[in-house]
Amino acid sequence: MDQFAADFYKVFIRANRYEMFLDGLKVTIGVSIAAVILGVILGMILAIMKMTEVRKGRKTLFSVIANIYIDIIRGTPSVVQLLIIYFLVFHTQMGIVAGVVTFGINSSAYVAEIIRAGIMAVDNGQMEAGRSLGLSYGATMKDIILPQAIKNILPALGNEFIVLVKETAILGYVSIQDLTKASDFIMSRTYTLFMPLIGCAVIYYLLIKLLTFGLNAFERRLRQSDIR
Amino acid sequence: MIYVNNLHKYFGELEVLKGINCRIEKGECVCVIGPSGSGKSTFLRCLNLLEQPTKGEITIGNTNLMDKNLNVDELRKGVGMVFQHFNLFPHLTILENVTLAPIRHKMMSEEEAKKKAMELLDRVGVADKADNYPVQLSGGQKQRVAIARSLALSPEVMLFDEPTSALDPEMVGEVLEVMKQLAKEGMTMVVVTHEMGFAREVADRVFFMDEGIIMEEGTPSDIFDHAKEERTKTFLSKVL
Repeated sequence: MDQFAADFYKVFIRANRYEMFLDGLKVTIGVSIAAVILGVILGMILAIMKMTEVRKGRKTLFSVIANIYIDIIRGTPSVVQLLIIYFLVFHTQMGIVAGVVTFGINSSAYVAEIIRAGIMAVDNGQMEAGRSLGLSYGATMKDIILPQAIKNILPALGNEFIVLVKETAILGYVSIQDLTKASDFIMSRTYTLFMPLIGCAVIYYLLIKLLTFGLNAFERRLRQSDIR
Repeated sequence: MIYVNNLHKYFGELEVLKGINCRIEKGECVCVIGPSGSGKSTFLRCLNLLEQPTKGEITIGNTNLMDKNLNVDELRKGVGMVFQHFNLFPHLTILENVTLAPIRHKMMSEEEAKKKAMELLDRVGVADKADNYPVQLSGGQKQRVAIARSLALSPEVMLFDEPTSALDPEMVGEVLEVMKQLAKEGMTMVVVTHEMGFAREVADRVFFMDEGIIMEEGTPSDIFDHAKEERTKTFLSKVL
């Protein structure tokens, strides 16, 4: 027990090391939020590009481009993508931005599929009903399809956010001081393994718990019209 | 009111409509009957361009539906449609279902749209459900709301695509009653239906469709009591 307390002191208190964890956590959260925003925006654009195929009933230039993009992103590891973007695109400048761009692009491929699947899951009769009332394709999408698709999209999107937050743990590969890198650094400074690693895991766990809680609350509000 | 000449529709290689010709006058209620797969629904859906006809002529009022520059949304405001599966918008209340289109089309203010919607809901007997969501209604109530939703745009023609086929038997009557009322008030109606009783009682004319054409047409009595075509007789002997 004394050993535990001593380790705890060494890892978190001495030399204000908790600040390193906090700074790392800030980077993890910051990159995650920025990447999620970028990923959703890109994902929506990709989904719209893919949907042109459904509307026209044949492949379009947009849908082909979107499909190739998604295929490449899903077919390569995110660590490799990060290294490529950091070293080849950003030439080791602006590491944080490179991280945001990497995870934004990576996430967008998955988000696009989630959004598309969510829209396709809405009964086709809804589009027909909207159009038969003289609403345009766009207006029907906005007022009728999307509000329903959100309910299909949100749980899967929440899952994608969670995956993304944890995936940012590879930021250390390009020497960005995220939460994982911070615990790595403290391990090498204190020559203890247990406390920095478990501490790091617990912080991630609590972060994800918080995210899950928020998403569930939001989802419940969206389900209002399902209550009998 | 509606004029159709030599209407053809292909789905890929499959020819579903093989030359439909008909004329429907203003205020007429026409019931379309026939075996499944005969093209009844496809014909109906061509009338508001939910299906794009392959060739032929369709005119509704003064609008040529085959015109390349046709404003389809404008046409559909004047041609209401009621679906077999109601297709109410589940995320909106009953009142919002009815007011959505008139408000979006800026045909009236929100207040006026609500007032008109309440009148329509009252007319179809579901005014007390205005603030409920569709999931809380029975099938018959949903279909009556769907009729009110179409009527909210004051269409000149109403299309019904098997409006009672998805209903429990005890709810069929209440929907047919609303439709009967509508026909009496002089609405131009085209009804694809399996309700022979309704067709006989309410229709001004009945079309018997089979194999992608209108095989026989006439007054309900012509069709139900004095059918000339063998196919019509066979069909009626099975369903009556």
